[in-house]
Amino acid sequence: MPRIRDIAQVCKSKNAGPFLVTIDVLFEDASVYRQVKATGVLNAALFARLYGVPEEKVLFTPYDAALAFKATLPRLVPAGDFGDTDVYGAQQHAPLLEVEVPLNA
Amino acid sequence: MNEIRMLSTSGILGYGYAEDSLRRGMAREPHIIGADGGSTDPGPHYLGAGTSFCNRMAVKRDLKLMLQAAVAARIPCIIGTAGGAGGEPHLQDTAALVREIAREEGLSFPMALIHAEPDRATLHRMREGGRTKPLASLPELDAATIDRAERIVAMMGPEPIARALDQGAQVILCGRSSDPAQWVAPALRAGIPPAPAWYAGKMLECGAEPAVPKEPDCLLVTLRDDHLVCEPPNPIRRCTPLSVANFALHENASPIHHLEPGGMLDTEHVRFDPVSDRAVRVSGMTWTPADTYTVKLEGVERAGYRAITLCGTRDPVLIGQIDDYLKGHRQRVEMKTQAIGIPGHAWQMKLRVYGQDGVMGAWEQAATTAPHELGFVVEVLADSQEIADGVLAVARTSLLHADFPGRLCREGNMAFPFSPSDIPLGPLYRFSVFHLCVPDDPYALFPIEHERV
Repeated sequence: MPRIRDIAQVCKSKNAGPFLVTIDVLFEDASVYRQVKATGVLNAALFARLYGVPEEKVLFTPYDAALAFKATLPRLVPAGDFGDTDVYGAQQHAPLLEVEVPLNA
Repeated sequence: MNEIRMLSTSGILGYGYAEDSLRRGMAREPHIIGADGGSTDPGPHYLGAGTSFCNRMAVKRDLKLMLQAAVAARIPCIIGTAGGAGGEPHLQDTAALVREIAREEGLSFPMALIHAEPDRATLHRMREGGRTKPLASLPELDAATIDRAERIVAMMGPEPIARALDQGAQVILCGRSSDPAQWVAPALRAGIPPAPAWYAGKMLECGAEPAVPKEPDCLLVTLRDDHLVCEPPNPIRRCTPLSVANFALHENASPIHHLEPGGMLDTEHVRFDPVSDRAVRVSGMTWTPADTYTVKLEGVERAGYRAITLCGTRDPVLIGQIDDYLKGHRQRVEMKTQAIGIPGHAWQMKLRVYGQDGVMGAWEQAATTAPHELGFVVEVLADSQEIADGVLAVARTSLLHADFPGRLCREGNMAFPFSPSDIPLGPLYRFSVFHLCVPDDPYALFPIEHERV
């Protein structure tokens, strides 16, 4: 089964303000995006599991116009506060790269 | 049909851009040139300390070329969120830099400073009037939080910037401003509807970020009544539907609903169409005006003082039992700091383990495979710098010299790359105010000051 890192063109994370981290996956090919969306693998529950966050805290949005999925989570530590490990939130996407997607290739 | 062309030189003033991109961009006869000066993205420190996170020499270079271009073309140059955080010291430092450049380069122009650090009495009045609302998961704003804050800025929308243009300013330095606002202001003045104006602002806020290959550089947006075209002037870059769509998701919680000071930009039905192999047309966005005009407040307070140290181990015997060793380390630090008279309530310590969960902390779900080396950052937060330094010194010594079962490396457990090894970091600021407020009008918190440079 292909992983997100094998089929997506962009997979990244970033702050959405100091209290949220947002994780994006984008596809260049509309049919691949539609197939991934149809599998239902990407959803709020997946992000809850990958990051150990309650599902109701995950804002998950498929965005057809950009062939993209976005998930936004509350940060464990606000940006730059004591004990923060990633002020820009730029390295929190990695667990998503390994997610397997059951595509009929 | 109205048309306005706007040139953004860089994602952040001081990140640099190719001089040739600026020249090529100016050849397209833009109506506005500008750059955003800042963001909350580098964290709370710069707002608290009143300093810029971009280097002054780098900012001066970027600003000088922009001012020269703007004066030669007789177009406005607008800098958003001056000095990184947009507080009063940031605005004043940037204004001093503009005057210095003008003096050295023989430039002259009318300049406006738009202040964005409202006085505390105004903030208290809005709070007491029930005109503040928390964002994210923060509590309601209380009086003590306002009093305790080191600095609070308000984030202006396009209205004060449009007014400064109306009043004849050619160079405008904004205090804290919404990233798109500096572009929305001239677009609305040119008669462009709010939806494409705000979308264009979002595209321009980070310079060439909507282009590939990604690197700080310029972006030209041509904006008309119902669409915009994004194109980087540098021929080595290009905008593609993917690169533009990717940037459309930048730093927003929702990809579809963007809340702005006067309304909401809805991008659900946006289309990204290539118009060449280097330019993309974006259309289909809509705008819903808000019932109430709101402004975001950002404030930070001092949480204490910090000291850190960095080190690493290459010892497999220690790495094999590192979790136990670190548990013991914490106990040793507690015991030894008490022995030198530092009470436990005066400090906290965090230890990041790079090679294990240093990047993701408690979010790390990966099963640990034993690495051949581990890196450590010890961080101490305390009531004073003296205590932070004292606790860190104990923590460093203890990490270096404590015993563990099977130890063969009798002379030290850690490789320290630096002497001095202990780094005092000064005050730690944390975001304490992140609230919406309802000002009397869009101009109320943002006084405009004009001068002839």
